[in-house]
Amino acid sequence: MLLDMVMLATGMRESFRELLLSRGFEIRLAPKGTLPFDTDATIPGVRAIIATLRTNPDIREISPVLGASIHALAGNRDVSGSVLGIDPRVQGDYELLSGNDVAGPNFIVANDHLLSQLGAHVGDTLTVAIGYDPQTRTYSGQRKLIVTGRVKFIYGANDQSSAAVRRETLEAMGGQTRDRASLFMIRVRKGADAENVRDWIEKQIPNVTAISIATAIKQVDERLSYFRQLALILGAVSLFVGFLLVTTLVTVSVNERAGEIAVMRAIGVSRSHVVEQIVIEGVAISLAGAVLGLALGLVTARYLNTILSAFPGLPMAIDFFLFQPRAAWSALGLLIASGIGAGVYPAWRAASLPIAESLRREAIA
Amino acid sequence: MSAEVVTRVNLVGGDAQTAIVSLRDVRRDYALGAERVHALQGVSVDVDRGDYVAIVGPSGSGKSTLLNLIGVIDQPTSGTVAIAGRRVDAMSDRESTQFRLRNIGFVFQRFYLLPILSALENVALPMAEAKVAKGARIERAAELLKYVGLGNRQRHRPSELSGGEQQRVAIARALANGPMLLLADEPTGELDAKTGTEIIALFQRLNADGTTIVVVTHDEDLASAARRKVHMRDGRVVES
Repeated sequence: MLLDMVMLATGMRESFRELLLSRGFEIRLAPKGTLPFDTDATIPGVRAIIATLRTNPDIREISPVLGASIHALAGNRDVSGSVLGIDPRVQGDYELLSGNDVAGPNFIVANDHLLSQLGAHVGDTLTVAIGYDPQTRTYSGQRKLIVTGRVKFIYGANDQSSAAVRRETLEAMGGQTRDRASLFMIRVRKGADAENVRDWIEKQIPNVTAISIATAIKQVDERLSYFRQLALILGAVSLFVGFLLVTTLVTVSVNERAGEIAVMRAIGVSRSHVVEQIVIEGVAISLAGAVLGLALGLVTARYLNTILSAFPGLPMAIDFFLFQPRAAWSALGLLIASGIGAGVYPAWRAASLPIAESLRREAIA
Repeated sequence: MSAEVVTRVNLVGGDAQTAIVSLRDVRRDYALGAERVHALQGVSVDVDRGDYVAIVGPSGSGKSTLLNLIGVIDQPTSGTVAIAGRRVDAMSDRESTQFRLRNIGFVFQRFYLLPILSALENVALPMAEAKVAKGARIERAAELLKYVGLGNRQRHRPSELSGGEQQRVAIARALANGPMLLLADEPTGELDAKTGTEIIALFQRLNADGTTIVVVTHDEDLASAARRKVHMRDGRVVES
């Protein structure tokens, strides 16, 4: 349980960090005061923003993304989903599983969930609409698009129907004023300080909120503080229970071996060696428990992770329980410290046994 | 009765200079609830080098208390205890532990061997504590096991040995650091008659080879094998 709680306390945070960094984009730009895709708000002046960003030599790549809702039609099926308008040369939102990327304005790539909902395959033509009026039962911004590839959206949820087209295609379908984006993703030059770049962007482009990985992690930390507190409390409880258990086991063992310990002292074994042996015993019990607990903890974590990751709307790549060697070492370190602590009281008792008195009691017993 | 009932064993050639153990007017009181138990009431005893002394008497007469004081695992309420001319009645725990390690061997009724160690490792244990080099202690442990007749049982764990064999291992362990004094508390108490006889013979051989032995016992045969008996009753030496 301790391992699970350590994994839970750090898992989501690390998992989220890895997710954000998975495509190497260290900074995201969202409309001022929002998080990426938090609202339908968009950032105008994409070309001007890109031009401004390019003046900073620490910025390596810029990927503007426009998000929208779509209705995808195939035969008599109408499936709602989300679509991203991207630049395929620098996009960081999906991985191509099969087929080709959106090389032209009439192409679309989709995830398996959307394709299965539609019963469509790579090579099929879909009718995609950007809006639907239920009163007139008419679609707006319709366009026929050819499915060129199957993709997996990195930040998408498991149960989400998603697709991607070129940003210009989406803008044209929406009839919006061109040159808008919901989000910019930015890669910085190797060795550059992302925080400095972030500060520079916020100064240069006042209508955006620049979010670095550190900022995002901080915000995630704030939102996930409940999990961390829960993990801390449960971890502390499990550690304390383990501590009491080991103390009890070692104390019972010492009591049962009072005569043996008294004899060891009588034949000249020093108090410090008695303490050392009993503390080692406590650590050995803790380590044995740790080995069993590690296996059980990993199995439990995997099971719980499967349940929690299935929550609607969560990115597929997010793990609640992320196994990290550091977490395992932390748990092991805490257990060893707990084992030492658990051995101290019985060791002190054993070392303090009056030898003659203990032998007399043993003889009477 | 005078506090100075001095018992000298091994009278042949024994004198104050050769006394390895010297107790003078030793008292030992215990608190038992609200009461005070006077386990020893002014005991004076000398044991000379090379002696073989049996302390006998009824239960509660103070035999084991006397042995514990000689073995420096207890301290007297009053009086003095000297071993080889050195006062041991007010030693610190560290001093007394080192003193026991180097100078005194103990044998107990219940053997108290460490179950996870082999016979050889049990015998080597006090030498490890005395920081004897590994090779030397293994060699000596093997010699001692051979001496007590267990040369072929070195690798056996205590659970694989009979009671008599375990007691032999305990005796070998007591001799590990070449003590000047071997103390035994009811060493035949848990053994059958035949095995007890073997242990008695072993003690006699040890004494014949120069080991000074003090043994507390109810076993008439063991007591008779000693050179001298010290009779105790109600915390006093009544005959020697």
